[in-house]
Amino acid sequence: MIRAALAVCAALLLGAAAPEPSERLPDPAAEDRARDLFKEIRCVVCQNESIDDSEAALAQDLRRLVREQVGAGRSDGEVRAYLVDRYGEFILLRPTFSPANWLLWAVPFLIVLAGVGGLWLSRRGRAGAAEVLTAEEEARLQRVVAEVRGAPAQSSQASGTGTPR
Amino acid sequence: MTAELGAFALALALALSLAQVGLGAVGRWRADPALQSAAVGAAVGASLAIAVSFAALTVAYVTSDFSVANVVANSHTDKPLAYKIAGVWGNHEGSLLLWCFTLTSFGAAIGLFGGGLPVGLRTVALACQGALGALFLAFALFTSNPFERVSPAPFEGRSLNPLLQDPALVLHPPFLYVGYVGFSVVFSLAVAALVEGRVDAAWARWVRPWTLFAWSMLTIGITLGSFWAYYELGWGGWWFWDPVENASFMPWLIGTALLHSAIVTEKRGALQAWTVFLSIAAFSFSMLGAFLVRSGVLTSVHAFAVDPERGMVLLAILGVTAGAAFGLFAWRVPALKGGGLFAPVSRESALVLNNIFLTAATATVLLGTLYPLIIEAVNGRPISVGPPYFNLTFNPLMAAACLILPLGPLLAWKRADAAGAVQRLWLAALIALGAAALSLLVLSPRSAIGAVGAALSLWLIVGSLVELAERVKLGRAPLAEVRRRLGGLPRGAWGTTLAHAGLGVFIMGAAIETTAKAESAATLQLGGALTVAAYRVELQDVTAVDGPNYLAERAVLRVTKNGDEICRAQPERRFFPAGGQTTTEVALCGYGLDDLYLVLGERAAGADGGPAWRVRAYWNPLAKLIFIGPAIMALGGLISLSDRRLRIGAPAGRRTQRSLRPAPA
Repeated sequence: MIRAALAVCAALLLGAAAPEPSERLPDPAAEDRARDLFKEIRCVVCQNESIDDSEAALAQDLRRLVREQVGAGRSDGEVRAYLVDRYGEFILLRPTFSPANWLLWAVPFLIVLAGVGGLWLSRRGRAGAAEVLTAEEEARLQRVVAEVRGAPAQSSQASGTGTPR
Repeated sequence: MTAELGAFALALALALSLAQVGLGAVGRWRADPALQSAAVGAAVGASLAIAVSFAALTVAYVTSDFSVANVVANSHTDKPLAYKIAGVWGNHEGSLLLWCFTLTSFGAAIGLFGGGLPVGLRTVALACQGALGALFLAFALFTSNPFERVSPAPFEGRSLNPLLQDPALVLHPPFLYVGYVGFSVVFSLAVAALVEGRVDAAWARWVRPWTLFAWSMLTIGITLGSFWAYYELGWGGWWFWDPVENASFMPWLIGTALLHSAIVTEKRGALQAWTVFLSIAAFSFSMLGAFLVRSGVLTSVHAFAVDPERGMVLLAILGVTAGAAFGLFAWRVPALKGGGLFAPVSRESALVLNNIFLTAATATVLLGTLYPLIIEAVNGRPISVGPPYFNLTFNPLMAAACLILPLGPLLAWKRADAAGAVQRLWLAALIALGAAALSLLVLSPRSAIGAVGAALSLWLIVGSLVELAERVKLGRAPLAEVRRRLGGLPRGAWGTTLAHAGLGVFIMGAAIETTAKAESAATLQLGGALTVAAYRVELQDVTAVDGPNYLAERAVLRVTKNGDEICRAQPERRFFPAGGQTTTEVALCGYGLDDLYLVLGERAAGADGGPAWRVRAYWNPLAKLIFIGPAIMALGGLISLSDRRLRIGAPAGRRTQRSLRPAPA
C-alpha cells in the first residue's frame, strides 16, 4: 500500500524505455555518458521517476534532447545547465551544491561530527570523575575492605549496596 | 446492518480507550489495584471492539455490500476473494482501521503479557497506549469513517487499483502496520519510565523484545513492498527513494538504532537517556510516515492522498503526542542517573558509533524527503532530491557503519583490545579485499561502487561467521567441545549473526545488481529473438487469456543459454475493464541467484506488416539476494526474540521490587 505512490504513474507508464535501440547513440562511450545523465534527470510530468525509468512521451523527448547534446560534445555540466534553463532546478534529481542547498549536503556529515564530538566531550567530562573516588566512596571502600578482612558481624551495614548476586 | 455494527464497535472502542486512559491514570495516582486491573480490562475490551469493527468491514467487502461507500470505491464483484479481503486495507479509511486495530491490540498485549512489569510502570504505559489509541480512533471515527453508507447503492463497485491486486501487496500492509505500530509499545514504555522516573536494565530488557518484534515485522513489510515494486512496476527497480518509501524506512532505521542502544542500557546501564529518546523517536517517525503518506503534502500522487484537512489533523496528533513525550523527556531526563563508564575502545563505543551513523542516516532520509518542501516555502523555487543525493550521502554513512560492524561483537564490554579484534578479522578483511579486486576485474573498472559493495558484503558475512567461530572456539578446542558450545549458544547470538550476515547478503545483491545488470529491448515477431547478457530470448507464441477480472495477452518466451533451455517464461499484459487500466505481469526466470526479468510490451506492426510485440529483457545478477538478505535479517530478529532471556522476562535487576516469575520447565 505504501508503494501505491508509484502505482498511478506506473499504470500509465509501464516501465523503462531507455534501452530502446532506435534511440541509441552510435558511440558507446557517449551513450554510457548519456545513460548516466538520464538517471539524474527527472521526468517532470511523472512522480519521482528519472527519464531513464519512464516511458512517458516527455521522458522520451528529454532523452532525445540529452543524447543530442551529448552527441554534440557538450559536457555533463553544460547539459545540466541547458536543462535547468528550460525547466528549472526541479529537473535535477541530484540537487546542486548552491548555497541554498548547503544545509542539505552538509547536515548528514555534521551530525556524525557532532555525535563523535559529543561522545568525546562526555568522555572527557566523565573520565576525570571516574578515576578519583569521592570521599564518601573512599570511606565505603575502607568499610568493605575492613569487613572482608575479618569482621563479619558488622556486615549488615554494607549489604544491599553492592553485594554480588 | 453489519456496517452499523462496525461503526458502533468503532465508537465503543473509542469509549473504552478513553476509559483505559482514565482508569490507568487515576489507578496509578491512587495506587488502586482494582482501577489498575480495570485499565487492563478496558484495553482488552477496546481491542475486541475494534476487532469486531474490522470484521464487519471485511464482511462488507467479502459480500460486496455496495451500500457502503468505502466498498464501492475499492471493490468489485469480479475480484478474486483474496483481493476483496485485501481491499479492506487498500484504502485510507480501511488501512486506518487496521492501524487502530494494531494499536489497541498492542495495548491489550501490554496488559495481558505485562505481568512481569512493575505494576505502576505497566499502568502508566497502558494509559499512554490508550491515549494514542483514543486519538487515532477519534480521527478514524470523525474524519475517516469506513462505514458510511451511500444511497442509492450502485450496482457495481469501482474496484481496487489493479497494480495492488497482487499476493505481496495482500501481505505487505499488515506486516508494515504491525511494525509501525509495534513501536507504539516502546513509546508508551518510554513515557511510563519517564513518569515513574526509573530507567534501568530491567526496563531496557522490556523494551528489547517489543523493538525486536516491531523491527522484524517492519523488515518483512518493507521487503515485501520492495519485492512487489521489483516485479510489478515493470522495470526491475526495487528502491526509488520515493517519499512514501522513505516514510517506512525512517522508523526502521531508528528502530535499528534503538535495538542496539537498548543492548547497552540492558547490559551496562549506560545510554539510558539516549535509549528513551530513541524509543519515543521510533513511533514519532511512524506517525510522521502516516502523515506524509496520507496528507498528500509531498509530490507523490498516491492512492491514499486524502484532503489536506485530514492531513492537518494527523499533523496535530503527531505534534501533540510526540511534543508531549519529548517535553516530558526534556523535563525528566536530568533525573536519570548516568550509567556505566566505558573506554574509547569497547563494545559500548562501537554501539554508540553505530547509533551515530544510524541517526545521521535517518536525518539524511528525513532531510532529503522534506527539503524540497522547505526550500520551496523559503524561496519558492521547487527542487528535486532524488536517488543521486541519497547515493552520495546515505550510502557513505551506512558504509562507514558497516565497516565498524564486525568489530563490535568481537570487542569486550567496558574496555577492549582493538588490535586483538582486528587481528581476528584478518580472514574477513582478506576475503573482502579479494572480492573487491575480483569484482573490479570481472565487472568493468567503471563499477567501483560494485567493488566497494562486494567488499563490504563479504566483510560483514565473513566477519559475522568469524564471531560465531570465536564463540564456539572453532579450531581452538576439540570438536566435541565446539559442538557442545554450539548447542549452548543463546538464541540472541544466532540472531545477531544472522541479522549481520543478512545485511551483508543484501549489500552483495544490491551492489552487483545495480552495477552489473544488462538490458535489451526489441520488437519481435513470432519466432524472433533477442539476446541479453549470455541469454537468448525467443518469442514463441502469444495467446489471449481470459482472467477472472481482466483480459490478457500472454507470451511464451523460450530462454536459452548456449543452446540449453533455461525456462519458458510467460509474461502477460493485462487489461482491467473495471478501471480501464493496463498492467504488466513480469515473468521472472530464475537462474541460480540471478533473475532474467522479462516484460511483454505493446503490440506493434512488424517489418512485413504482421503482428509483433515489444519485448524487454533484463539480466539482474544476484537480484534474489536483495530480498533474501532482509528475509535473513528478519529471521535473525525473530530467533533473537525467542531467546530464553527475553521469553521468561527479566531476571533480577531489582529483585526487591518485583517478584520473579518461575522459569518454564
